[in-house]
Amino acid sequence: MSALKNKLQSEWISRFIDSLLPVFATLAALLIGAVMLLFLRVNPIEAYAALWDGAFGSPNAFAETLVKATPLLLVALGICISFRGDVINIGGEGQMIVGAVFATWVGLTFTNLPGWLVIVLALLAGFAGGAVWGGIPGLLKAYFRVNEILSTVMMNAIAVQLMNFLLRGPMIDPSQAQLASKIPQTAPLLDIFRLPRLVPTRLHLGALIAVILAVLVYILLWRTTLGYRIRAVGQNPNAARYAGIKVQRYVVLALLLSGAFSGLAGATQVYGVNYRMITDGSASGFTGSAGFNGIVAALFGQLHPVWSIPASILFGALLVGANKMQRVVQVPSALVIALNGLVVVFVVSSEIWRRRRQRQRLAVGGMEEEPPPPHEKAGQAEAGT
Amino acid sequence: MTESNKLPSGQTRIDSLEMRGVTKRFPGVLANDHVDFDVRSGEVHALLGENGAGKSTLMKILYGLYHPDEGEVLLNGKPVTIASPTDSINLGIGMIHQHFMLVQTLTVAENVALGLPSSRGALTDLDRISKRILELADIYGLKIDPSAYIWQLSVGQQQRVEIIKALYRGAALLILDEPTAVLTPQEVNELFVIMRQMVRDGHALIFISHKLHEVVDISQRVTVLRDGRKIGTRPTSETTKQDLANWMVGREVGFIPDRGDVTPAEVRLQLEDVSCGSDRGTPGLRGVSVAVRSGEILGIAGVSGNGQRELAEAVTGLRKIVSGHVQLEGRDVTNFPPGELTDRMLSYIPEERMRDGMIKDFTVAENLILREHHKQPYSRSGFLNLGGIATHADKLIRDFRVKTPSRETLAKNLSGGNIQKVVLAREISRDPRVILAAQPTRGLDIGATEYVRMQLLEQRKKGAAILLISEDLDEILALSDRIAVIYEGRIMDIVPRADATPEKLGLLMAGVHPEESTSVVK
Repeated sequence: MSALKNKLQSEWISRFIDSLLPVFATLAALLIGAVMLLFLRVNPIEAYAALWDGAFGSPNAFAETLVKATPLLLVALGICISFRGDVINIGGEGQMIVGAVFATWVGLTFTNLPGWLVIVLALLAGFAGGAVWGGIPGLLKAYFRVNEILSTVMMNAIAVQLMNFLLRGPMIDPSQAQLASKIPQTAPLLDIFRLPRLVPTRLHLGALIAVILAVLVYILLWRTTLGYRIRAVGQNPNAARYAGIKVQRYVVLALLLSGAFSGLAGATQVYGVNYRMITDGSASGFTGSAGFNGIVAALFGQLHPVWSIPASILFGALLVGANKMQRVVQVPSALVIALNGLVVVFVVSSEIWRRRRQRQRLAVGGMEEEPPPPHEKAGQAEAGT
Repeated sequence: MTESNKLPSGQTRIDSLEMRGVTKRFPGVLANDHVDFDVRSGEVHALLGENGAGKSTLMKILYGLYHPDEGEVLLNGKPVTIASPTDSINLGIGMIHQHFMLVQTLTVAENVALGLPSSRGALTDLDRISKRILELADIYGLKIDPSAYIWQLSVGQQQRVEIIKALYRGAALLILDEPTAVLTPQEVNELFVIMRQMVRDGHALIFISHKLHEVVDISQRVTVLRDGRKIGTRPTSETTKQDLANWMVGREVGFIPDRGDVTPAEVRLQLEDVSCGSDRGTPGLRGVSVAVRSGEILGIAGVSGNGQRELAEAVTGLRKIVSGHVQLEGRDVTNFPPGELTDRMLSYIPEERMRDGMIKDFTVAENLILREHHKQPYSRSGFLNLGGIATHADKLIRDFRVKTPSRETLAKNLSGGNIQKVVLAREISRDPRVILAAQPTRGLDIGATEYVRMQLLEQRKKGAAILLISEDLDEILALSDRIAVIYEGRIMDIVPRADATPEKLGLLMAGVHPEESTSVVK
C-alpha cells in the first residue's frame, strides 16, 4: 500500500517514465529482433553494431540518416495537424506522389527561369499537389461523411496509377520515349534546380526546411486561431459547432494541410535526392514508404511537431542502419522490414500504455468545491417542494 | 442456512456491512479521511455530500475499483478483502453507476449476459437469461422487455436494466451512485417504488445523492460527508433538510436567492410559431411562440423529452427551423448559423456541458475563449494573443471562483461544479443580450447550484433576457418571472410566477389544462 502511495505522490517520476516509454519500447523491439537474429545464426551484437555504424558511424552515414528522415518529418508534420483535428490521414503516400508530380512538372516546364525561383515554385507546387490530394478526401468526409481512412487509402492507389500513367506517357523522358526500353521516368532536372547541399554530403536544404516548418507547425497549432479551431474540432466537434466554429471547414482544412506537407515531402525527394521522377510501378518505389512511416514518426513524437524531429531521425536511422546491417551480416531484407514493424508495434502499444497510466493518475475523486461566499439571504426557508 | 436468510432473488442476505477507518489519498487530495460507514439489510442508507466530498471514492472502494490506503471492510462482522469488482460481486455487492455501463446496440438480455460465462459454453444462452430477467422483473416490479435494444429505452428504463444486471449477478447490497441525477420526477418516483420493494425484501441499499428531498423521502439513515471526512450519521427521521444542507456545506445556506425587483423592458428574443424536427424524425417543436424581455427570466417547465432540447437547439442555430421565425432584438435570425448568433451576443449554457460546452482536453484558459477566440484581445490577425488569453482566464477564474490549480489545467480535471462555472464565466462575462440556459444546475451540488442561480439573477438585473429551460420545478419557481409549460412540442400555457403553483404546473406538464382538467390536450 505504501509503495503505491509513494508512486502516486511522486507524479513527476511517473511522467518522466512516460516520456521515456517510446525509448524502452524501441529497445524491447530490438531485443526481440535480437532473438530473431539468433535464430538466423547471426550475432545480434555484431548486427546491431553494423546498424549503429550505418546510421551514425560517419558524417556521411549520419547525413544519409538525415536525408531519410527529411520526408518522414515532413509527412509527420502533416500528420500532427490532421490527427490533432481528429482526421486520420493514411494518404501520405499518394499525397507525396502527387506533390512530386506537380513539382516535377514545374521543373520540366519552366526551364528558362532562374534556379532559385524554380525551386521555390516547385516546392509550392508540391505543397499544392499534396493539398489537392488531401483536400478531396477532406471534402468527401466533411460534406458526404465518407470515412477518410478508406478514402485516403483509395487515393493512394489512384495516385500510383496516375504516376505510372504520366511517367510512361505524357511526362516520360523524351530520350526514353525513343528507346525500346521505355523506362518510366521523367527527364532529369537541370542541375541549377537541385536543392543546395548543406555540407559536403548528400544532405540537402530540404532537411533544414523541414526543421523550420516543424517550428512553424507548432506555432500554427498552438499560436493561431486556425490551429485552435482545428484542435477544437478534433477534440470535441459538438462544442466547436456550438461555439460557432464551422466544423466542416476545419475538417477539410486539416486534411488539406496534412496532404500539403506530404506533397512537400514528395517535392523534396525529387529536388533533393533523385533529381527526376522514376517509378518501379509501386508507391513505395518512389516514396520509400515515407507516407506511412511518417505517421509512425508523428505518433512516436506524440503528435507534437517539434518532438517529431527526433522521432523522424530515429526512424531514418533505423532505415539507413538496417541497410548496412543487411549488407554486413547478410540477413534477408525481410528481417529488416520485420524489425521496423516491431518498433512500430511496440511504440504504438507503449502509447496506449502511457495513456492508461495517465488516466489512472487522473482518476482522482474530483476536486473539492470551494463554497461561494455566504450571501445575505442565508438561512431563508427552502423553496416549496 | 434457513430460508429466511434468502432474498426473493435467491441470493443470501447481507445482514450488515461495515467500513471502518477508510482512508484514501490521491496526489494532493485526501479523498477519504478515516471514514466509518455501515449499512444493514432492509434499509436505505443515504450518503450525502457535495461534489468532491468523497462519496464516490468511498463507494468505489467498497466496489473494489479503488484500494484504500487504510481501513477495513467487514461483511456480516467478518473482515473481507475486496481487490476488484469481481470480489465485490461474489460477495453480493452490486453498483449502479451514474453513467450506465450498457452497450447501446445490444439487447437487454445481451447486456445482462455480457461478461458472464454461458451455460452452453461457446454458444449464448440468451433464452435462459431472458427467462431469469423476466423472473427478477416480476419479483421486483421492474417492467422490462429482455429483447428490447438499449437504444430504444428511456433513461429510466436503462437504469432498470442496470438494476436487473446487478440482481442477476446476485447483488444483495446495491450501491446507487446518484441514480436520480438523470431521471425525470416521474422516473424518480418509479425508482423509489422499486427501491422500497427491495428494502422490504431484505436488500441493503446505499443511496448517493445531493438532493435533500430525495434523501429525506427514501432513506432510513443518512451519513453526511464533507471534504473527505464523515460529519455524522443520523436516522433520517431525526433530521431536517435544513440541518442536512448546513452539514453538507458547512455553513448556513439559503434556498431562495434574492430575486430583487426588475422591471422587464423591451422584447429581446421572440419566437413566432416555430416548428422543427427532432433526432427521432418526429416533430420536435410544433408552433412555439414565446417572447423574452430584457430583465426577465422566462422559465420553460416540462417533463424531459417534450421539446426542451429542440427548443434550445432551434434558438441557438444548431437545429434547422422548418417554419416560423426567431427574432433577436427585433431582427429576424431564423436559421442563422451559431457563430452569427454568438456575434449578436446570444449566450448559451448547454444542457450537456461536457458534450457541448467544454473541450475536455483543452485548458481552462482555452475553454474560456471558445466563443470569442477570434476577437481581440484574444487574437489579432489570426494569431492568438497568449497574454490577453491569460489575463482573461485569470480574471474569470477569480471572479467566478473557479477552483482550479491553474489556468493551464485541462478542463477534464475539474469537478462538475467547476466545469459549469467555466461555462458560465465564458457565457456571462461577455455581457450577453440574451442567455439561453438549459438545465444549468443539473448534477451540481448545493453550493454550485446556488452560485449559478445567483449569477443568472445578476444577469437579469443587468438587463439580459433569459430563457431558462429546466426540468427542476423548484428551480423554475425560484428564478422565473413567467413560466411557460412545454408539452409534446407545444407551449401549453404561460403563467406569471405569482399564479404558478407546483400543482397547476404539474397538470400542465402532464398535458392537462387545469380549468378543463378532465380533458387531455393532445
